[in-house]
Amino acid sequence: MKYAVLMFGKEADWDAADEAAQAEEFAAHDAFMAEMARRGAVVAGEALQSVRDATTMRHEGGRWALTDGPYAETAEQLGGFYVVDAQDLDTVLAVCELLPRNYVVEVRPVMEVPE
Amino acid sequence: MPESGAGRPVGAGHDWRAVLDATWRADAGRLHAGVVARFRRLDLAEDAVAEALGRAAARWPLDGVPENPGGWLATVAGRWAQDRLRAEAMHRRKLPLLAMEQRDRWEPRGDSLEAAPTKHHGPPDVGDERLRLLLLCTHPALAPEAAAALSLRLVAGVSTAEIARLFHVPEPTMAARLTRAKKKIVNARIPFAVPVAERLPTRLDDVLRVIYLAFTAGYAPGDGDDVTRAGLAGEAIRLARVRDEELPGRRAVRMLLALMLLQHARRDARTGADGCLVLLPDQDRTRWRHDEIEEALGVLTAPADGPPDVDGSELAGEFELQALIAAAHATAPTAADTDWAAIARLYDALERRTGSPVVRLNRAVALAEAQGPEAALSLLDGLDDRLRGHRLPAVRAELLTRAGRRDEATAEFRRALDLAPDGPERRHLERRLDDLAPAGPDGTGPA
Repeated sequence: MKYAVLMFGKEADWDAADEAAQAEEFAAHDAFMAEMARRGAVVAGEALQSVRDATTMRHEGGRWALTDGPYAETAEQLGGFYVVDAQDLDTVLAVCELLPRNYVVEVRPVMEVPE
Repeated sequence: MPESGAGRPVGAGHDWRAVLDATWRADAGRLHAGVVARFRRLDLAEDAVAEALGRAAARWPLDGVPENPGGWLATVAGRWAQDRLRAEAMHRRKLPLLAMEQRDRWEPRGDSLEAAPTKHHGPPDVGDERLRLLLLCTHPALAPEAAAALSLRLVAGVSTAEIARLFHVPEPTMAARLTRAKKKIVNARIPFAVPVAERLPTRLDDVLRVIYLAFTAGYAPGDGDDVTRAGLAGEAIRLARVRDEELPGRRAVRMLLALMLLQHARRDARTGADGCLVLLPDQDRTRWRHDEIEEALGVLTAPADGPPDVDGSELAGEFELQALIAAAHATAPTAADTDWAAIARLYDALERRTGSPVVRLNRAVALAEAQGPEAALSLLDGLDDRLRGHRLPAVRAELLTRAGRRDEATAEFRRALDLAPDGPERRHLERRLDDLAPAGPDGTGPA
């Protein structure tokens, strides 16, 4: 079963991180991916650039209106995601404990579309 | 469980309904868990078991009560679930199966839907289906209130209508809440499995938290009659007994059981003739259930019969201290005989463990009884930022009154009244303020 692992954090944390702190964060992701691969699979995973560069589209009044910035202006922003494959939720939750501790992590089952 | 459906009839004169009720009460969790383990379908379990109960009500008055009523129900429920699966297969409907650990899976054999068990490698003390069902219902990925309701429904076999009544919500609301929780279990693949050894202690603590939540919901102040509230607390105690049976000798659940029994034993004395709440010092102690207090004290003082304290439970110590406090009250023949010094020491230990401001407030109340108001007042210093609401100023006002510091007491009673919601507690505070000083032009209440 596939799950999306959505990672939220404060962009300022990353901007302020020194080299050692960044290396620590990368190491956490390496550990996560290695363990996830061992107990299932990492199907995809990307880190996102800043919400400063995001464009949000909303269909309003018969046309697509664009706004500069993210979908929701919140303290924590979606900063990256994985798609993983594992036998059950407990497996995913256990491996997600390896992620950096300043993250908020949302685990969502991926919808299975019948062929 | 027998292979054949019906056992030997024991005669039509037998009170079949009493047997059916008793079997249901004792075996509801096992019956649900059996269907879930075999077919990996949470949604089928309730229907299958309900169907079996209906068949029993139809057959038993005619055929007599079977020799093994629980086995009879399990067999009928299993057959019904199997028929349902066959019908689904004919319609090519595929519904998601529950996640299970490989070792516990029953895989379909060939094209038949007959399930066959694979070899069970789980540790012998944690393999039972009913424990797995309890772990599933109390999974921390579910909202605690939903987990409490689901455990009562599937493990204790309490009807949805009854649970709705116990939690003071309309039945459709509770039904929707239960459905939502079951859907999440299936959609997110929350496993029907005993977690690995290093995770088990945390998950068992989660089970106990949910049970205690169900228990305290029974005694939460609010409207609703006391019979209802006591009913919910009683069902929570039953869940703790299930948990204790499934994994015996664990200290945390024994301590929780003792704590709940001690608090529950006071239920008849909590309500006065006028229906008002009666506080502990004013309760008629002859109305306490002394047999239940005895049982609790036995649990509390019994040497561990299982493995020594290797539970890894974070809650065991906390529940034990709370149970010892409840026991100190329960064993005092009169309110005046209460060993407040011992209770203050227990609250001290509990505060060091939990860091809870509420515990500190209770510790101050105990210390006031043991040593006088001044010692207690100094405990309340620095609590204002951590404890909102009317209780802190109300306790401080009582302590100041007792210390003879009338002006400060008046100010604190007014602060408490600014924060207290309408209800008996507010009326009590108003009376206490009136007692303190004759009402002047400005002395009738808060600004």
